[in-house]
Amino acid sequence: MSILVDANEAVASVAHRVSDVIAIYPITPASSMAEWCDEWSVAGRKNIWGQIPRVEQLQSEAGAAGTVHGALQAGALATTFTASQGLLLMIPNLYKIAGELTAFTMHVAARTIATHALSIFGDHSDVMACRQTGMALLCSSSVQEAQDLALVAHAASLESRIPFLHFFDGFRTSHEVHRIEGLDDEVLRGMLDEEAITAHRARALTPEKPVIRGTAHNPDTYFQAREAVNPFYDACPAIVERALERFAKLTGRRYRLFDYHGAADPERLLVLMGSGAETARETVDWLVARGEKVGVLVVRLYRPFDARAFAAALPRSIRSIAVLDRTKEPGAPCEPLHLDVLAALVEAERAVRVVGGRYGLSSKEFTPAMVKSVFDELARPQPRNHFTVGIVDDVTHLSLEWDAELDIEAEDVTRAVFYGLGSDGTVGANKNTIKIVGEETDLCTQGYFVYDSKKSGSTTVSHLRFSPRPIRSTYLIGKARFVAVSQPGLVERIDVLELAAPGAVFLLNTPHSPEEVFASLPEDVARGIVERGLRFHVIDAHKVASDVGLPGRVSTVMQGCFFALSGVLPREQAFAAARRAIEKTFKRRGAQVVKRNIDALELAEARMSAVPAPSVLPERRRAAVVPAQAPEFVQRVSAAMIAGHGNLLPVSAFPPDGTWPSATTRYEKRGLARETPVWDSKVCIQCNKCALVCPHAAIRAKVYGADDLAGSPAGFLSTTWKSGGEANARYSIQVAPDDCTGCGLCVAICPAKDKSNPRHKAIDMAPLDERRDGERANWDFFLELPESDRSELKLDVKHVQLAQPLFEFSGACSGCGETPYLKLASQMFGDRMLIANATGCSSIYGGNQPTTPWSVNKQGRGPAWANSLFEDNAEFGLGFRFALDQSVDRARALLGACAGALPEELVRGLFEADQSGELGIAAQRARVAELRRLLAAHKTREARALETCADHLVRRSVWIIGGDGWAYDIGFGGLDHVFSSRADVNVLVLDTEVYSNTGGQQSKATPIGAVAKFAAGGRSTGKKDLGLIAMSYGHVYVASVALYARDAQVVKAFAEAESYPGPSLVIAHSPCIAHGYDLTKSGEQQKLAVDSGVWPVYRFDPRRLDAGELPLAVDSGPPKARVADYMKNEGRFQAIAMRDPERYAELVALEERYIAERQAFHEQLAGLKLKSAIAQGAAL
Amino acid sequence: MSLDLSTRCLGLTLANPLVAGAGPLTANLDTIRALEDAGAGAIVLRSLFEEQITGRELGAAKHLYGHAPSAEAQSWFPDVDAFALGPDEYLEHVQRARAAVRVPVIGSLNGTTRGGWVHYARLIEEAGASALELNLYDVPTDPAADSIAVEDRLLGLVRDVRAAISIPLSVKLSPFFSSLPAFVRELEHAGANGIVLFNRFYQPDIDLEALELQRTLRLSDSSELPLRLRWLAVLSPITPLSLQASGGVHHGRDALKALMAGAHAVQLVSALLQRGPGHLAQVLTEMREWLLEHEYDSIETLRGSMNLKRCPDPAHYERSNYMALLGSWQ
Repeated sequence: MSILVDANEAVASVAHRVSDVIAIYPITPASSMAEWCDEWSVAGRKNIWGQIPRVEQLQSEAGAAGTVHGALQAGALATTFTASQGLLLMIPNLYKIAGELTAFTMHVAARTIATHALSIFGDHSDVMACRQTGMALLCSSSVQEAQDLALVAHAASLESRIPFLHFFDGFRTSHEVHRIEGLDDEVLRGMLDEEAITAHRARALTPEKPVIRGTAHNPDTYFQAREAVNPFYDACPAIVERALERFAKLTGRRYRLFDYHGAADPERLLVLMGSGAETARETVDWLVARGEKVGVLVVRLYRPFDARAFAAALPRSIRSIAVLDRTKEPGAPCEPLHLDVLAALVEAERAVRVVGGRYGLSSKEFTPAMVKSVFDELARPQPRNHFTVGIVDDVTHLSLEWDAELDIEAEDVTRAVFYGLGSDGTVGANKNTIKIVGEETDLCTQGYFVYDSKKSGSTTVSHLRFSPRPIRSTYLIGKARFVAVSQPGLVERIDVLELAAPGAVFLLNTPHSPEEVFASLPEDVARGIVERGLRFHVIDAHKVASDVGLPGRVSTVMQGCFFALSGVLPREQAFAAARRAIEKTFKRRGAQVVKRNIDALELAEARMSAVPAPSVLPERRRAAVVPAQAPEFVQRVSAAMIAGHGNLLPVSAFPPDGTWPSATTRYEKRGLARETPVWDSKVCIQCNKCALVCPHAAIRAKVYGADDLAGSPAGFLSTTWKSGGEANARYSIQVAPDDCTGCGLCVAICPAKDKSNPRHKAIDMAPLDERRDGERANWDFFLELPESDRSELKLDVKHVQLAQPLFEFSGACSGCGETPYLKLASQMFGDRMLIANATGCSSIYGGNQPTTPWSVNKQGRGPAWANSLFEDNAEFGLGFRFALDQSVDRARALLGACAGALPEELVRGLFEADQSGELGIAAQRARVAELRRLLAAHKTREARALETCADHLVRRSVWIIGGDGWAYDIGFGGLDHVFSSRADVNVLVLDTEVYSNTGGQQSKATPIGAVAKFAAGGRSTGKKDLGLIAMSYGHVYVASVALYARDAQVVKAFAEAESYPGPSLVIAHSPCIAHGYDLTKSGEQQKLAVDSGVWPVYRFDPRRLDAGELPLAVDSGPPKARVADYMKNEGRFQAIAMRDPERYAELVALEERYIAERQAFHEQLAGLKLKSAIAQGAAL
Repeated sequence: MSLDLSTRCLGLTLANPLVAGAGPLTANLDTIRALEDAGAGAIVLRSLFEEQITGRELGAAKHLYGHAPSAEAQSWFPDVDAFALGPDEYLEHVQRARAAVRVPVIGSLNGTTRGGWVHYARLIEEAGASALELNLYDVPTDPAADSIAVEDRLLGLVRDVRAAISIPLSVKLSPFFSSLPAFVRELEHAGANGIVLFNRFYQPDIDLEALELQRTLRLSDSSELPLRLRWLAVLSPITPLSLQASGGVHHGRDALKALMAGAHAVQLVSALLQRGPGHLAQVLTEMREWLLEHEYDSIETLRGSMNLKRCPDPAHYERSNYMALLGSWQ
């Protein structure tokens, strides 16, 4: 049975059918294995013993591992899926599970471990951190293998009692869509030994026959008892071998512990495991066909490492071996596989030259050219050892060179590359295309999809192969025969011809006719088309999509063109199959969606045109990637990354410790918006709410003097500032045309309407194209206008927006509900902030290079930001506080030591400064500047030391920021500890009520009635009241805020939290695309959330106790809207209403009751009769 | 004296002419049962709106599945097999209502454009509806669409729905047609079996402070009945289609007037919303008592007795009535 799947789905299908209990926690790139299992269990799919597996999401991977361990001890067949940091969190339990000889199999989509930087992509650094745990490590190289060896792992574990960690390369294998042979239940039954299962269950803890496990031993016995497991490890490889033989009998597919492939009498050998082995096999075939004596030994069972089997698998003719590791262990004599091979050869007394090298870290490409370069190196008299391949190392000069032009792929392999936007459906349509070709032909199919890391306007590149032979090309297409570009703007931003082979078909979605299109192209693109003899076609796919009622969804149109042009299938057959595929894919989305997609497909071919060669080429060159005034680092490094040429940067380009400059998004002009806001100063009431809500700091307000207008561009708009201050003060609202994403939130929130035409507001969205140049000039001029003096700004919504945002132009989603809070905090405290940022959306749009949205002011000050991990962020920020406190103490001690030689008033001022507000901070900064000036003349050691830490005399603001997945779940233990510490830190929880970054898994912040992954039936447990938990300490400042609904309260809460000299918690309602509605409506929807009591707005300030007041102030007032009216507007709730109205009604009632009870509880808390207790001096 | 309250409407025999019209009360199985207990002759289920079908399908597709995938998140919502989108709950509602009561259950679709959503008519039939009411709730705002274009579009929709189903089809109209009798004739040709006079529009109000429109729905009262009476009386002698009054029937006397003007049945919505499902029994009692008192033996005797053809002074239904009324103020 042939199926089209990625490895995650294939592996999950096996694991789900052979497990009773599945405990998981989301982490890229393993999440979808767990999601598949959850969806199957919700849909009632059973395992091979007729039971629906229990799937449970835990609060962390450590929790998942503990649950799995418990389930195993109680007799279940349990499994889990994870990667990277998640796998590290499981390690303590892996030792236990292995030490107890427990039959258990887990599946890992191997991913890079965060070091100098986080990376979601694939290598073996995570699994290599488990090779010492006692787990068996079984590696798969391809999608087919991943499915097959998943089953072998389960079977071998049951028989051997050794727990198995089955792994395959994250993304390259986990996400590669491939047509493979599926496994039916009979094969699963045939592989699993019922006696071994019975034995496993019989080892379960039971009071009927009690034993104890997890005992403690002393020096007298631990060692010997530890050695008692040896026979099981000795037996394991043979058990795996037998399982592989059994599998071969059942399916015809044969694998070995170590699989040799290549020449009959090889002299040079590669040893490696994982997806790179497929490329190595393909390259070896090509080299052997050219007479080279080379081969590849693919490692499958890495632990227990069977040295004898390894030696036996080595052809006798081998002279030299290169061992390739997809991991890095700095300081080790060799990387781990290299070391194991050396040890095995020494033990086998085989004298062969062995060198080792690293490749493919973080999914770095590993191509046939690189494989060949390693073989070439082995052919040298003294091959380099400890080399790298795939990068240019100009620092330690370890890298091998390779021929980037080498192309070994056969002519009859169809290779197609599609450039698209994440939002236009290109990836989905291409998956459909693969499916169609797979089902309609005998061709082997492969799809691999590359995404950039922006959340708005992200680009995708789809790589599709169709071949008459099995496809082992586990690398991106280098020479495509078909290149399609689904968005006209991409030709300006990306080198879309980079992958086009000479004579390839080039299809462009453009509004221009065949006659006009060349003139619209940049010179290099036009020249490339002509010089490479590309067969150029155009289609106005946006027009087609609009005409059929699917505006923006151009993917089906492009798919139609592909079938018409590529010839991969006969035309009629292709279109008939595509229609069927659309019906199948979109059936559950409704008849409208089906019909419109079919219309789009059918119109595509008719509207497509071939483009004749031009008589003259255009002269227009593409705009520079970054502006000329960008700093040197941005010009040299960031620009290359933005342009998609990061692979070409050498080692020397990079800071060795992961330290990157701030304030660089301003140089990455993405130009995403087709429409931007237009300001009407006559209608404007100067409330600055537009600037407040903008997720990207792309619409701003400034107040400045009339003189500053000198030299303003002709179209620059300015009006009189109506709120006092200097006479002749002027006011402008300005949009950054290339940074706005066009989300429209500012227009939705604008309260100022033209009285004679209320549809017209003070800002309206309007097409940008014709205004773009003018707006660019306006924006540049606006930036040069002086910033307001923050020490003089009132702390209210209007005036705070006149402070410079120090968080700007992030890659967050259009309409993001988190980023306005970050921007606001940066405006209020940015020049003295240290930010500890939990992993999640905010660490990706905040820290994913090539550019950084955290910015600096004219004085060079701005937020200093770092991300440690997902689980430890509160503690990480607490560490900041401790270090700062120590620095302050040191500075004050040194100041005391130097005081005699300094003016008394200055010293007193420095010691006693009131820094609770901006004025006090500004005064202290002036004192520190004076101190530095005076210290320069001093010769003492104390003076020199004080110079290094004098800045600490200005109060710094520690912010601990993250999402609800961190605060409510994985990081809650640490957060709780921080609350208990009384340390002066500010915790900002950007609460989207779901794990947004990893794709919408439920958290304990997910409300009743919401559908989320792992809560597919709608969550029925009430949202955890994190604020109440924090309040229960009594000394924690707590606020619950909602920016669009109660903006003044947010500003107040931020100011109170920051000034509170102990732990503060601000929980911020953050609308998110994972809520399933149009985010331009998020202002209204958030108001409904507050008015219905779903999102209470309050402030709990322990300082009020000192004034004899009650600490809790509920700012949201009594409910004046219905919970049901709030719930009916969001897809996450309506998904249940559409599927099961009765359950929806129950969940609405449940949520109404929960909200009412919480409301009553908060009211009681706010009105507690504490006065007598306060009078008696009792603390809460 | 025996009294036969039964009536034939849309080819169905109703025990009496009081029909619970489409509205919130017919959205709930408990109130549907209560309406039957109160004596409803038939029940029109709450409407399934075109926008609910297209909007929900497209909206769900867009907001649940339309977001750009990223390397970390291919989607943001679970995609289980059971996750059928679209107003399938309505079809379930039809099935359950049909099982819950013995009286005819009439499905209701509300829309104005031709398109893929029409297939829901067939699904409603398959779900067991005895008949279908198609509510042509149309507010023309496009100056380029003249009356012919508007009527053609609506007639096209009726033809599409007719083609999709074999159960009786009634069409609920607004009063705003240049020539209602001519349009009704066209509806007959398009395959309609009955007409409901009239639907009531949502009446937007203006929020003076916010400069925004507020959507309001004012419940009807008996003062809205005369408009229905006039057009029932006009149509009754000239169309073979079943006629139902909707709007303004609150009391037994209102129902009797509508029947005399030519209605085969009368629908109640506002009156039942205001007074509860049990009020239908009260209206029925009032009707029965009046008919007995006035010695009518059946609804059929009464029906149409005051239509344009049979009433003693037809001018009152026509333009001359207008002159007379103006004169009375002098």
